[in-house]
Amino acid sequence: MVNKATRPADPFIGQDLWNIQLQNGQLKHFLTIEGLGSDMLTQILDTAESFAGVNESVKKVPLLRGKTIVNLFFEASTRTRTTFELAAKRLSADVLNINISTSATSKGESLLDTLHNLQAMQCDMFIVRHADSGTAHFIANHVAPHISVLNAGDGRHSHPTQAMLDMFTIRRNKGADFGGLRVAIVGDILHSRVARSQIHALNTLNTGDVRVVAPRTLLPKGIEQMGVSVYHDLQEGIKDADVVIMLRLQKERMSGALLPSEQEYFQLYGLTEETFAAAKDDAIVMHPGPINRGVEIASSIADGPHSVILDQVTYGIAVRMAVMSMTLGHNGKREAQA
Amino acid sequence: MSRMHIKNGRIIDPANQRDEIADLFIDGETIAAIGEAPVGFKAQETIDAKDHWVIPGLVDLCARLREPGQEHKADILSETRAAAHAGITTLCMPPDTDPVIDEPAVVDLIQNKAQAAGFSKIATLGALTAKLKGEHLSEMAALKQAGCVGLSNARHDIQNPLVIRRAYEYAATHHITVFIEANNAQLSNQGCAHEGAVATRLGLPPIPYAAETASIAFHLELIAETGVRAHFCRLSTARSVEMINHAKSRGLKISADVAAHQLHLTEMDISSFNAQCHVLPPLRTQRDMEALRHGLSAGIINSICSDHQPHENDAKLAPFPSTEAGISALESLLPLSLKLVENGQLDLSSAIASITYEPARILGINAGTLSCGAIADICIIDPKQDWTLQADSMQSRGKNTPFAGWHFSGRVSHTIINGRLI
Repeated sequence: MVNKATRPADPFIGQDLWNIQLQNGQLKHFLTIEGLGSDMLTQILDTAESFAGVNESVKKVPLLRGKTIVNLFFEASTRTRTTFELAAKRLSADVLNINISTSATSKGESLLDTLHNLQAMQCDMFIVRHADSGTAHFIANHVAPHISVLNAGDGRHSHPTQAMLDMFTIRRNKGADFGGLRVAIVGDILHSRVARSQIHALNTLNTGDVRVVAPRTLLPKGIEQMGVSVYHDLQEGIKDADVVIMLRLQKERMSGALLPSEQEYFQLYGLTEETFAAAKDDAIVMHPGPINRGVEIASSIADGPHSVILDQVTYGIAVRMAVMSMTLGHNGKREAQA
Repeated sequence: MSRMHIKNGRIIDPANQRDEIADLFIDGETIAAIGEAPVGFKAQETIDAKDHWVIPGLVDLCARLREPGQEHKADILSETRAAAHAGITTLCMPPDTDPVIDEPAVVDLIQNKAQAAGFSKIATLGALTAKLKGEHLSEMAALKQAGCVGLSNARHDIQNPLVIRRAYEYAATHHITVFIEANNAQLSNQGCAHEGAVATRLGLPPIPYAAETASIAFHLELIAETGVRAHFCRLSTARSVEMINHAKSRGLKISADVAAHQLHLTEMDISSFNAQCHVLPPLRTQRDMEALRHGLSAGIINSICSDHQPHENDAKLAPFPSTEAGISALESLLPLSLKLVENGQLDLSSAIASITYEPARILGINAGTLSCGAIADICIIDPKQDWTLQADSMQSRGKNTPFAGWHFSGRVSHTIINGRLI
């Protein structure tokens, strides 16, 4: 039977650049920071602030009781998947964890098949991580209209909940006005979805000075067009910074001829007591984890008084609770109206 | 033998610098006369072409028909029919079929299928190296004898430069043109988008300019040294146009083409992860697109081709990097070429030459003109007809096009192949 109302061909056909994350101005999916205004980001941070208390004392609220949330991970992850799971459970949702190795379903057909199968199990939200940039957008474009999609990292493109927990961490430490802040992001910008999302978030929140620090081999072309100034020297790049964000350096970058050795990288870009002295006295050090001690960061810094790395992990739960409740809460409203 | 009279049409034949309203007479498979009917000519069929353009049938330098090997995407019958419908009377097929076009039997198979289909004619490119593996030379002379109009390694990289040099020497010995898709696979590094601000923002693996330009520079040196006649396929960068221009002024026997989509789309068109705009070489910047248009109007780029790559829907239903590259493009070749004329970026005669006479000359085939005695491959166009391209209405089995919803002026009303109305 041919249903003329549904169009089996690619829904991208004739599609203009519209922001599928928003429906009637409300957050429906959370795919990327791009396209969300400072008021929306602030709303996420404020909502997360209200959940931070839940985390510390009450532990559980019934907000998403009866909702089913699927952690759909096509790429290995411990921290992100766990904090999403905890966040969902603290909101009283049912959680399903599905880990699919990318090699088993590298073709879109089976990706869509997987989605359709899960959809048939009456899920309400997909939290997706995938090695291909654009996967979260692709899935959001193909799921049933009642499902929300949260991007837990797609290729090198976007990792918006990580960026928001980083903004939350900065706000808790430096206050709500980002205008006077200097933030330096150091390391493998080229392969980093975290850096891209952080840059969007920092600029949307009107951060005074956003910098990236890396050798040319780890910087994507045209990065300055995203609103950053580019530095190749660590001390110059983090000079008088309020926030220093270190990125993880993957071991395979050595074999790809991007860098000569871990030793040389640590010498030039590793954050040590000595190099960190260039930043402001009250600067904080952040890292999305997992950290490589002695590669991008010295243990004395990672475990030192300026480090907020473990706070980031804690805040991650509150931020993810905020985004889940905002996207599904919106669904609830829609259902009530219908 | 059938006789046809096409009357009152505006005959545009760049090869003969003809642009006038006249009658055209076909006798059997060939054009018998233009203007006055031959003595005793009696038409069995008459086409009134008043207010229409009568141009040579289009010759497309690159169309993948998916047969043999990928019949789930398309086949020779479906694609030659779609081509004929779009005014294309000859298609040139690269050798990357399965099996590869590296022996006469495969050429015969393709020609038999094309003849049985009875629509557009197919010209084949033979493999430059056996199985396209870049290790051993193909049997070039045998392929030429079987009817291959040129040799190519398609987009398959040849790692060993010595193999390329020897292949060019051997091709030059037999006066065979080599068709080069300039791409350094290591520099492309499995990328899927132009290296620039858009790919950076979207986090898509990038393909730098140098993947194309370093390869062109390398091939130009070997062409100069071996004296082989060479054609550069699907240029995508401004620098490539400069390099081809410089090499031509040095006196090298080279020509070049551009895919029609490269003249209308840029990297901006992928910015919503639109997989329909996933093509190789990738869409580049506005500046590159303008340089390609200029290269065409200046005659540095000789031809516009479709770079037709039909796909089943599933091939584009995946996250952008995992989708298959290419556009189902036969039916947009003429419209996109005429759009350049409409927009004042190319004069009508050059536009028509670039899809008829020039590609025929590059392939060395008897086509692309309306000379008396030429094979009667003709396309008749209603230039006033406004229409909208719709993917579902395309004749090709591949519905993958980024041009769905585009408005065009001018549409094919009749296609004549070997004197026969299709």
